[in-house]
Amino acid sequence: MVMANIRVVEIENLSKRFDSLIVLENISLFVSRAENLVIFGRSGQGKSVLLKCIIGLMPPDSGTIYINGRNILELSLNELNKVRKNIGFLFQGSALYDSMTVKENLSFPLKKIFPDMKQSEIDEKVKSTLELVSLEDAINKMPSELSGGMKKRIGLARSIITDPELMLYDEPTTGLDPITTKEISELIINLQKKLNMTSIVVTHDLICAEIIADRAIFLKDARIAYEGKISDLTSSKDLFLKNFFSNEIIHAKEESIKV
Amino acid sequence: MKLPKVKYGRRLSYKEYLFNFFATITGLTIFNIEFIKQAFIPPYEIAEVKKHMDELGVKTFGIVSVTGFIIGLVLAMQSQPVLARFGASDFLPGMVALSVVRELGPVITALIFAGRVSSGIGAELGSMRVTEQIDAMEVSAVNPFKYLVVTRIIATTMILPILTIYVIIIALLGGYLAVIIVESMSFEYYRFAVINSVEFGDLIPGVAKTFVFGYIVGLVGCYKGFTAEGGTEGVGKASTSSVVIASLLILIFDMILVKISLWLWPTLG
Ligand SMILES: Nc1ncnc2c1ncn2[C@@H]1O[C@H](COP(=O)(O)OP(=O)(O)O)[C@@H](O)[C@H]1O
Ligand SMILES: [Mg+2]
Repeated sequence: MVMANIRVVEIENLSKRFDSLIVLENISLFVSRAENLVIFGRSGQGKSVLLKCIIGLMPPDSGTIYINGRNILELSLNELNKVRKNIGFLFQGSALYDSMTVKENLSFPLKKIFPDMKQSEIDEKVKSTLELVSLEDAINKMPSELSGGMKKRIGLARSIITDPELMLYDEPTTGLDPITTKEISELIINLQKKLNMTSIVVTHDLICAEIIADRAIFLKDARIAYEGKISDLTSSKDLFLKNFFSNEIIHAKEESIKV
Repeated sequence: MKLPKVKYGRRLSYKEYLFNFFATITGLTIFNIEFIKQAFIPPYEIAEVKKHMDELGVKTFGIVSVTGFIIGLVLAMQSQPVLARFGASDFLPGMVALSVVRELGPVITALIFAGRVSSGIGAELGSMRVTEQIDAMEVSAVNPFKYLVVTRIIATTMILPILTIYVIIIALLGGYLAVIIVESMSFEYYRFAVINSVEFGDLIPGVAKTFVFGYIVGLVGCYKGFTAEGGTEGVGKASTSSVVIASLLILIFDMILVKISLWLWPTLG
């Protein structure tokens, strides 16, 4: 249930540029508690940059970012880390630690965020989280032994293992076949319901967005070009949106024929 | 920590090379200061340091053993006829020992260590950087500089002196082999001659400078890896440039440290 009155993330007039390349300009958006916001955009439109600004990995040039009412840009590193402990982040490339096994990958954030947790509790939590993503068997594997879809799921497991209130997903389904895409999207929505998470999902995948989104934003030319329900965006008469979504649909159909 | 950006490209102008040179020096200095700032703040991640030391030891043990042995052997083989020409054959064990202890052992071990370890660290941290693993650590509220960089620099600084002492011993054994190929000399006598000619004042500056060399290897590898960018190509560049810079710095610091030690202990000269 979306609680519209509580804003977990609120961004005002965020701008970011690299040298002469303007990536984000005056972006303002919010996400309410337990809401799933999907951010659309073609590649290179600054979606990853936006997520990195939100978690404090990249400083914006101007603007403010409030998470649970605190402006994270004004926090000390210690304070920022406290905020981060309540946030999960799924990286575009999964970013699994490739010198560690799956088990060590999942234990790592637990050990760092809950230093007092007992080893038996950690093992238990790792096991139950792997069950959530149906990859119990992979527990002793190295990341190099996993397929792309499995990596995404382990990445997902690692980012939710600390039970964060806010989840940021960077293209959780890009590059996966439509069936895996569906599975991962359903996984995300189930987790979200179960743990009552708030999420921001960056994607250009319509299948994923249709399953997940409560509300969607469309990034184009460094600005928010459209905002609304997925159904509003897909049925829009706007030429650009029509073009974008029809391509996505054709693309998805081709993919499913191949499978 | 704000580091100057090194420019990449296939064809750099001289001006850009010069810029890169100063950017690297500045970057290393900033990295160095950051290390000093962070090394003394808990948590100390002692388990990580131990793990890295173990790995480094295993990784370099074989190659330094072979190199050490050959260095001692060849040095003795080369010196033997020269000393014989001057009628100074008796000085052979002492000469080998002094060369190995004071200069060859420390410097060659350090250069090999740089080739093996700087590149390894550069590639490892570089690939962690470009695949966002370092960002992932930061998101888990871990300070990646402390966890990845500080632990590695401490490990390289601690392990190189140990390796050096080991190499010195192996090289002296190699030297003995060269000696007994040509003439008969009991091991007892060889050992006696070696120990008699090497003073504590020879060993201390020789081994002490390897702490600096180990530090250089860790620092350069970590700096190059941590600041890598541009996908797999960037990782390769981080790895190779680490070796080049670390080796060069080792030789430069060797020169400086030898000068300082001769100034501190003039009797050595
Ligand atoms: N660290 C960086 N330095 C310079 N340019 C960057 C950096 N990160 C991203 N960019 C540029 O910003 C733009 C947006 O990137 P990104 O957010 O990754 O796009 P996407 O929407 O596909 O996730 C791209 O043109 C990219 O080249
Ligand atoms: Mg992206």
